[in-house]
Amino acid sequence: MATNDHHETFPWKHVIGFVLSLVLTFAALWVVLSSGLATKLIIGIIVILAMLQASLQLFMFMHMTESDSGKIQTINMAYAFFIAIVIVIGSIWVMWFVV
Amino acid sequence: MKWSEFFVTGEPLIYAADVSIVLTAIGIVFVLTYFKKWKWLWNEWLTTVDHKKIGVMYIISAVLMLFRGGVDALLMRAQLTVPNMKFLDSQHYNEIFTTHGTIMIIFMAMPFIIGLMNIVVPLQIGARDVAYPYLNALSFWLFFVGAMLFNIAFVIGGSPDAGWTSYFPLASKEFSPGVGNNYYAVALQISGIGTLMTGINFLVTILKMRAPGMTLMRMPMFTWTILITCVIIIFAFPVFTVALALMTFDRLFDTQFFTMANGGMSMLWANLFWIWGHPEVYIVVLPAFGIFSEVVSTFARKRLFGYKAMVFSIVGIAFLSFLVWVHHFFTMGAGAAVNSFFSITTMAIAIPTGVKIFNWLFTLRKGKIRFTTAMLWSLAFIPNFVIGGVTGVMLAMAAADYQYHNSYFLIAHFHYVLIAGTVFACFAGLHYWYPKMFGHILNERLGKWTFWLFMIGFNICFFPMYFLGLMGMTRRMYTYSAGLGWTPLNVVATVGAALMGIGFIVLCYNIYYSARYGERDMTGDPWDGRTLEWATSSPVAHYNFAIIPEVTDLDAYWVMKKTGKGLEIDEEKLKPIHMPSNSGRPFLISIAFFFAGFGLVFEWYTMAIIATIFIILGLILRSFDDDDGYYISVDEIKRTERLARKGA
Ligand code: HEM
Ligand SMILES: [Cu+2]
Repeated sequence: MATNDHHETFPWKHVIGFVLSLVLTFAALWVVLSSGLATKLIIGIIVILAMLQASLQLFMFMHMTESDSGKIQTINMAYAFFIAIVIVIGSIWVMWFVV
Repeated sequence: MKWSEFFVTGEPLIYAADVSIVLTAIGIVFVLTYFKKWKWLWNEWLTTVDHKKIGVMYIISAVLMLFRGGVDALLMRAQLTVPNMKFLDSQHYNEIFTTHGTIMIIFMAMPFIIGLMNIVVPLQIGARDVAYPYLNALSFWLFFVGAMLFNIAFVIGGSPDAGWTSYFPLASKEFSPGVGNNYYAVALQISGIGTLMTGINFLVTILKMRAPGMTLMRMPMFTWTILITCVIIIFAFPVFTVALALMTFDRLFDTQFFTMANGGMSMLWANLFWIWGHPEVYIVVLPAFGIFSEVVSTFARKRLFGYKAMVFSIVGIAFLSFLVWVHHFFTMGAGAAVNSFFSITTMAIAIPTGVKIFNWLFTLRKGKIRFTTAMLWSLAFIPNFVIGGVTGVMLAMAAADYQYHNSYFLIAHFHYVLIAGTVFACFAGLHYWYPKMFGHILNERLGKWTFWLFMIGFNICFFPMYFLGLMGMTRRMYTYSAGLGWTPLNVVATVGAALMGIGFIVLCYNIYYSARYGERDMTGDPWDGRTLEWATSSPVAHYNFAIIPEVTDLDAYWVMKKTGKGLEIDEEKLKPIHMPSNSGRPFLISIAFFFAGFGLVFEWYTMAIIATIFIILGLILRSFDDDDGYYISVDEIKRTERLARKGA
């Protein structure tokens, strides 16, 4: 039932975001498969590429800056970061004893 | 894969199932053709985007899955009744507890809750539909084909058999070479996409589509619990999506994420599974709390006690639910610091939960209580859930858990929370909102029979299991020897399971009986309700509200009844109503998902790729779809409203 007022222009933002995402993904693939770097370095690089891609998608696809409900956006982002940190740090802490 | 392995063979039970599946299918086709109902099925159901019809389809599927999961449960109980039983062999038992657990949680509890929320939430907030009706239909059909894919496993290719948790390395290709676990990975993935979209859909619906005047703190408690549940879905399900994708890669493409060799880490699966899995139990139990809140306040004729405390405690529970996952594997050996931390966070959840229990009790205090069936389920919930909760705190003590872990004590615990929490709530909600769905009331007498049979049977079945656990009986064992002294309690448990089965049959009979002879609900408000869903007619007109109500306080409809304002429809104020058009595409896209999934399960990649092309085609067509819906004319609204109000 939404009104469709921003249908007139070509969605350049989405296309650019999509192409950049593909580039970042293939870059990660290349680093892992054929760069020949040290494992630790590879892990570092793909983590950075992943974070770049995540923020890219937030801005290009998710209309981060276009919303009128700023408060909800802020809470949402803060909670998302919190959960992400809990999952990553938590998992490392919980399974530290294995390595 | 050899063709001789395509169909499961060798078991009389399976052949019987084959026959009954074929007969049912023929029966359905025959009935639809004979009564010329194909067109009706397509126009009214398969293509619908109406949240109420989608909700009904969710609930019908959930009841069917309750039947399937229940049969699995009864087979297990039959096998365990006496020592050295030869009814199911070990492999068959493994398959059955796996399908039972998975189906009950993913294909019964979740869709039942999602069905009720589909029907009720838009009505409670005074909206005409959900935010994305088309997406809603897609969510349902993805869930449905996921469920069907999972359910055919036991006759085609073989069931998964590594438990509903499907821990690695057992679930790896190396130790489970059949297609069974592919079904697990793929079917749960497909229905998981549907669930995630439901979460987004209802979050937006609740945040953006409330009637004027309904601030967050004036929302009915059920809507609050759904809002928070959606947040949990949105944050928890992606973890499961990723874990299942990695599982699929391991099983189909020989990656080594969770394997024992080549740097794989089987523990990571358990870790990811429970990062999703613990929030998942709150996804099915928070809405249950919401249902009980509505029912208790309606039938105690009182405003919910401590509304604010209730809201803060659900938010608190949701927050904590992401910080406790390790309590499912204290015995993995992470050490004292890790175990202590997660032990404490787990116990902390008991605090907001306890707050809620007291709030319900205080709502009941001095209330004018009416003992309807829905109310009986809600009253029974309180003590039964407390038993489950208290034993949960016992399990939360990491050191003690080394004794309880994976014993029947655990089985008893989680059935006490899942059945007394979620299943009781589903039954309460079904009775309570039934008139909104079908326009008649579920027979109260039969309803009470179901209640007593099921509730007593439940306690007879599961209470002894606490003691069996303490006596050393472990989870997932398919038989035991006679000298252990477990026989009497196991016999008792099976008797209880049978009573629950009878209770379920009475419920099914009740649905049939009430459809034929049930009391019609002419008023739209059979229980003297408090929230906006009772301001609509029963069954609800498909645009829900002719005029969107104005909300001035909590329990909006109650206030309207007390002040007499807003009850009548001023025909002058009617305007044409904008509604979304039906679409067959969600159904067709989901069928393509089914075939893509089936192809992946059997590693028939040509089939998977072709089906995926159809999925993408469906998405593209949707992107270029210009259908803006249609308008219902004022005349038609007038006609519908007059007809609905004639009875009142
Ligand atoms: C209708 C009555 C029910 C009975 C008689 C029943 C009985 C059982 C039995 C005998 C087991 C297997 C124990 C074992 O061998 O380890 C089991 C496991 C399980 N049940 Fe139920 N159950 C019932 C309802 C439910 C419901 C409603 C749910 C969830 C909403 C549920 C969730 C589970 C889960 C998750 C497992 C664990 C499966 C696994 O080990 O992978 N059950 N149940
Ligand atoms: Cu848990």
